[in-house]
Amino acid sequence: MAQALRCGLPSVNYTFQFGDVFAAWPLLLKGTWTTIQLSFLAMVLGLVVAVLCAWGKTSGPRPLRFLINTYIELIRNTPFLVQLFFFFFALPALGLRWSPYTAALTALVVNLGAYAAEIIRAGIESIPRGQVEAGLALNLKRWEIFRFVIIKPALRAIYPALTSQFILLMLSSAVVSVISADDLTSVAANLQSQTFRSFEIYIVVAGIYLLLSMAFSALFKLVFNATLNYPDRK
Amino acid sequence: MRTFGTPEFWFILEAARWTLALSAIAVFFGGIGGLAVALSRVSPLAWVRGLATAFVQVFQGTPLLLQLFLIFFGAPILGLDINPWIAAGVALSLNTAAFLGQIWRGCIEAIPRGQWEAAEALNLSYTSRMRDVVLPQAWKIAVPPTVGYLVQVIKGTSLAAIIGFTEITRAGQIVNNATFQPLLVFSVVAAIYFVMCWPLSLLAGHMERRLASTLTR
Repeated sequence: MAQALRCGLPSVNYTFQFGDVFAAWPLLLKGTWTTIQLSFLAMVLGLVVAVLCAWGKTSGPRPLRFLINTYIELIRNTPFLVQLFFFFFALPALGLRWSPYTAALTALVVNLGAYAAEIIRAGIESIPRGQVEAGLALNLKRWEIFRFVIIKPALRAIYPALTSQFILLMLSSAVVSVISADDLTSVAANLQSQTFRSFEIYIVVAGIYLLLSMAFSALFKLVFNATLNYPDRK
Repeated sequence: MRTFGTPEFWFILEAARWTLALSAIAVFFGGIGGLAVALSRVSPLAWVRGLATAFVQVFQGTPLLLQLFLIFFGAPILGLDINPWIAAGVALSLNTAAFLGQIWRGCIEAIPRGQWEAAEALNLSYTSRMRDVVLPQAWKIAVPPTVGYLVQVIKGTSLAAIIGFTEITRAGQIVNNATFQPLLVFSVVAAIYFVMCWPLSLLAGHMERRLASTLTR
């Protein structure tokens, strides 16, 4: 390949060849898009799960609270890779048939749901009791209090923690490549087995992930400014 | 075909020592690196701060799996043998250094400015200011999140399975390939992780609450 460069260190006797990697740019682009899509879907669905769990944990009946707690503790104290294996290998043994992509998405949603539920619960508990009592005095229903009184300031309080959890999720989505879910890292692994330029491929892909995490945090800042950035008296 | 029995269970449980050994390596070297990162990030020298920030940005902005791959496949370039132990140890240590460094920087910065200024007014040297004034106080608030982070380290070691390091997850895969009882095998694997991580999570939560109550008093 033409794009070869020699590394100058004396002990290093290796010719870096990025040609094969850059020649595969359509594949890499497709993988990047799959990773973005997978992470974004997991963020949205995981957030829904998390809000429901946080609501159940703070104001649900006792058995429900116990169930939600068990779910949260189980997920937070086991590795994502094992959860992924569980969804991809163990559940199909019970008769459930699904694609690697769906299994990966489910594992990511279940994982994020547990972490984000704890973050959101902390946010809900940061709302002063008086606010909720004011809502009750205005004869709002419980879900109305949740929807109109609690959720927005709570989201604002936890926004930094929540968004960094989102970025961690996007990064841990690289793990789903072990079940070949067509994400960016799977594409890299395929290219690696075809070209044997492992180091070059993984350094380029690591660079793409770095750009993705910067892009996501810039996007989150924009969303914050557009939706949650109201003046307060603190 | 084998069925899952006591020997298979022991095979997985015995692999737990490699998970623990790898976690210990990551915490030891990552702890040293993390202290260096934390001190660099509050250094008076701009280039030192910049370097530490870049390090943290790179290691927090890329997947741990890719860091593992880069070190695993990058070692031969430097003329070293491919070795899952070294690759996993180095990658996890660097990753832990970045995250602990970031946690500890927050703790150092939480120490009121007045303490720094008082130390400066007493003409204490940089070493003494850090060692005798700032770090002992920062240490107190750093312990709960550090214990909490240990859980992340233990879980992170599971990725070493992907480069062929036989710890709990890899042992589970091996047993699963022989028995085809994934539900049972991966439940056992998950349970072993849970038994290691849950007490640490509870301890971290307990310490956090105790610290919060002493701080508000």
